[in-house]
Amino acid sequence: MTLEVVGISVLWLFLFGYIIVASIDFGAGFFSAYSEMANKKHIIHKIIQRYLSPVWEVTNVFLVFFFVGMVGFFPKTAYYYGTILLVPASISIILLAIRGSYYAFNTYGIKDNKAYTFLYGMTGVFIPASLSIVLVISEGGFVRIDGGEPVLLYKQLFVSPFTWSVVLLSLTSVLYISANFLTYYANEAGDLQARDLLRKYALIWSGPTILSALVIIYQLKHHNVEHYEKMLDLSWMFVVSFVFFLLSLYSLIKKRYFGWSFISLVLQYAFAFYAYGISHYPYLLYPYLTIYDSFTNRTMAVALITAFIAGLFLLVPSLVLLLKLFLFDKKYVKGQV
Amino acid sequence: MWTYDSVLFSRLLTELTLAFHIIYATIGVGVPLMIAIAQWVGIRKNDEHYILLARRWTRGFVITVAVGVVTGTAIGLQLSLLWPNFMNLAGQVISLPLFMETFAFFFEAIFLGIYLYTWDRFNDQKKHFLLLIPVAIGSSASAFFITIVNAFMNTPQGFELKDGVITNIQPLVAMFNPAMPTKVAHVLTTAYMTSAFVLASIAAYHLLKGNRHLYHKKALHLTMKSALIFSLASIVAGDLSGKFLAEYQPEKLAAAEWHFETSTYAPLVLFGTLNENNEVENAIKIPYALSILAHNRPSAEVKGLNDIPKDERPPLYIHYLFNAMVLIGIWLTVIAALYWAAMKKGLAFVTKKFFIMQLVLSGPLAMLAIEIGWFFAEVGRQPWILRGYMKTAEAATSSAHVDTMLVVFSLLYLVLAFVSVAVLIKMFRNNPVERELQERALDQGGVSS
Ligand code: HDD
Ligand code: HEM
Ligand code: HEM
Repeated sequence: MTLEVVGISVLWLFLFGYIIVASIDFGAGFFSAYSEMANKKHIIHKIIQRYLSPVWEVTNVFLVFFFVGMVGFFPKTAYYYGTILLVPASISIILLAIRGSYYAFNTYGIKDNKAYTFLYGMTGVFIPASLSIVLVISEGGFVRIDGGEPVLLYKQLFVSPFTWSVVLLSLTSVLYISANFLTYYANEAGDLQARDLLRKYALIWSGPTILSALVIIYQLKHHNVEHYEKMLDLSWMFVVSFVFFLLSLYSLIKKRYFGWSFISLVLQYAFAFYAYGISHYPYLLYPYLTIYDSFTNRTMAVALITAFIAGLFLLVPSLVLLLKLFLFDKKYVKGQV
Repeated sequence: MWTYDSVLFSRLLTELTLAFHIIYATIGVGVPLMIAIAQWVGIRKNDEHYILLARRWTRGFVITVAVGVVTGTAIGLQLSLLWPNFMNLAGQVISLPLFMETFAFFFEAIFLGIYLYTWDRFNDQKKHFLLLIPVAIGSSASAFFITIVNAFMNTPQGFELKDGVITNIQPLVAMFNPAMPTKVAHVLTTAYMTSAFVLASIAAYHLLKGNRHLYHKKALHLTMKSALIFSLASIVAGDLSGKFLAEYQPEKLAAAEWHFETSTYAPLVLFGTLNENNEVENAIKIPYALSILAHNRPSAEVKGLNDIPKDERPPLYIHYLFNAMVLIGIWLTVIAALYWAAMKKGLAFVTKKFFIMQLVLSGPLAMLAIEIGWFFAEVGRQPWILRGYMKTAEAATSSAHVDTMLVVFSLLYLVLAFVSVAVLIKMFRNNPVERELQERALDQGGVSS
């Protein structure tokens, strides 16, 4: 494995981690706000709060880690993406800012303010949409080089059906991942009423995720044939992903093994996400930027990887402690401490 | 005619975000340490008042952390969005500490989450106290790493640049650059100092309003004592920063002191104005003091601005910024020392309204000094973004919408500032100390039974 591949693999792993934990978080916010409007708040609000409170800040760090690491390993991305993403990324920042701060205001400060809950829920839907735009742009076709400077073609981006199907996938996935996880969590807490409601949400959103994924693959054929063909070479990974989808759905329908259902879901997304990532290789931005011509120097790469490994020794035990105290502590989950 | 200038707007937006972030970041670095001190004293003295102090500070702290995190995420992304050319170049050399900083955040975030939700989970308070140590280490470590990046911008080293291509990169040499020791020391000590004064302000405010509860007196005492220690450390670190400038960034010191001719026995210039021939008027001059600040000897030679090429001189208004920072630093140290001496000797003036008023003002003043200090240090580096290698104007984005973003972010920060303050006020009003003390069934002495 070359250093370039090691670098991008580490970053892809963290992006995947962010997608999973952030989806749970974003979806939870949406369900929380929705239940408030549908007068079902008493059913699921508690369970969501208990899960989110100790971990919300950790979620954000996954994202920071990803973009700092990206600029570290591939400094040229700062130049290309930095220049073209000014507006889209600023929108994401603003939504993230509203969401993060208002979560804290509502949870630790003034309890249960309706307006905050609403803002919190809505941003949870728009953030994944705005972040997924970056993946759309990376497929190429939306950037022009103008006098040596990259320029984003807003209009093309906005009217392309490809853009909208990626946005759709991100939305449905957020709701599906989140509902599935929270079903498991509510089950652990022994809160059957919440569990059944969340399970219903999960079932509702399962179909749309698969449908929108299929639509994307179809559209990619027209948008970026090169990528599409490489994806076909990896079709076995998509098949495995689909099998895990069925497994996850099956245990959800059977109302048993909620933990396994969530694990299958993670594997489902992992296979699809890696198949997408591997077939994207070596491009970071079609057709201008690859991981090879944007890579930092060897010395820095080795230093970053060393720091990363050292950092893991610090982080993994701390994360395990966090999970043990909150996620897997029966008493905490049940609300007894 | 008005023309769009992406460099100008990028600068404004960077300044805005950093100036806003630094308020919450400074609190984020200093307050965990203060909470740790209070909780530790509480455990040692078995005094519930201090434990409650730690609890209440923590509750407020969570709100400021949230704003710190979101504005920090903003500046982290904006560095690439607004200065793509700079990050493209500097990222190859200095991304290591930036990367390590995210680990520090991670570490801090995890333990803060645990700490917040385990107040009553352990029978032994000491166990809970132990969870705070990683939080304090994590936040100071993130300040440490980010300051290293900033130090690198002032004295870049650890690479060679030939025809736009960077070679011979040594990440550790880049990190341990000449600006790093003094900058890190001064930034950390001033963050601790500012947090101590901000918390002292709150206690003093309650006393000023006539609340004579022992809880507030203990809070004031603890914070002022810490503030005195951190102020003295800040002054020492600041003095060393001056010596660093004289050696490695003489143009910044010269501009800060309106020191035009290289000379020995240089005087320190306070206030004043410049006439059209760049001669200093109406100023207070302290003989030899600049030479002493720069090199510890009155006979030492201090480089003047006239020896610096005209297009590499920083703006001269930083003189006032430097004056203001130093004066605030000395004033706050004097107040803290007076308070300490009066407490030792039992002098009455510390309880007088006028003096308590000064204590109330100390927190905002310290925060002002942080802002002024950063503007001094950053504007004093201009026109360079990477001193000697890249000018700020060459580094900015070519994007066409920076002005709109500036407006949008201004609104965002306005709302965040307003709401975070409103939430904090409401939070503590709704749950006053007295009530909480009563609930915990404590007597005035505060010693738990
Ligand atoms: C509470 C805040 C505070 C106070 C009271 C002081 N400073 Fe300061 N100063 C800072 C907060 C600060 C800062 C915000 O931390 C800066 C900005 C950038 C940096 O490195 O530290 C800074 C920078 C800074 C620099 C520039 C360093 C550089 O650019 O590398 C010098 C020379 C001093 N300070 C010197 C002093 C002296 C002699 C003080 C004597 C009282 C003093 N400061 C008080
Ligand atoms: C690692 C730390 C830092 C980095 C990488 C950094 C980056 C930058 C950049 C890219 C600029 C150029 C824009 C310009 O000249 O206007 C700048 C200037 C500036 N920065 Fe920093 N900065 C750092 C720390 C800080 C902090 C903590 C503050 C606190 C408020 C700050 C305040 C400013 C200000 C006020 C300017 C404007 C200078 C001018 O207008 O001439 N900086 N900084
Ligand atoms: C020297 C001045 C600075 C100090 C002392 C400082 C300190 C901090 C602290 C303590 C936090 C976390 C808030 C908390 O969790 O308590 C934070 C957040 C953050 N800061 Fe700053 N910061 C400074 C300047 C900067 C600059 C110049 C950058 C840009 C490179 C930056 C990037 C960030 C980021 C990305 C976060 C969010 C991290 C997260 O999501 O947890 N900071 N900063």
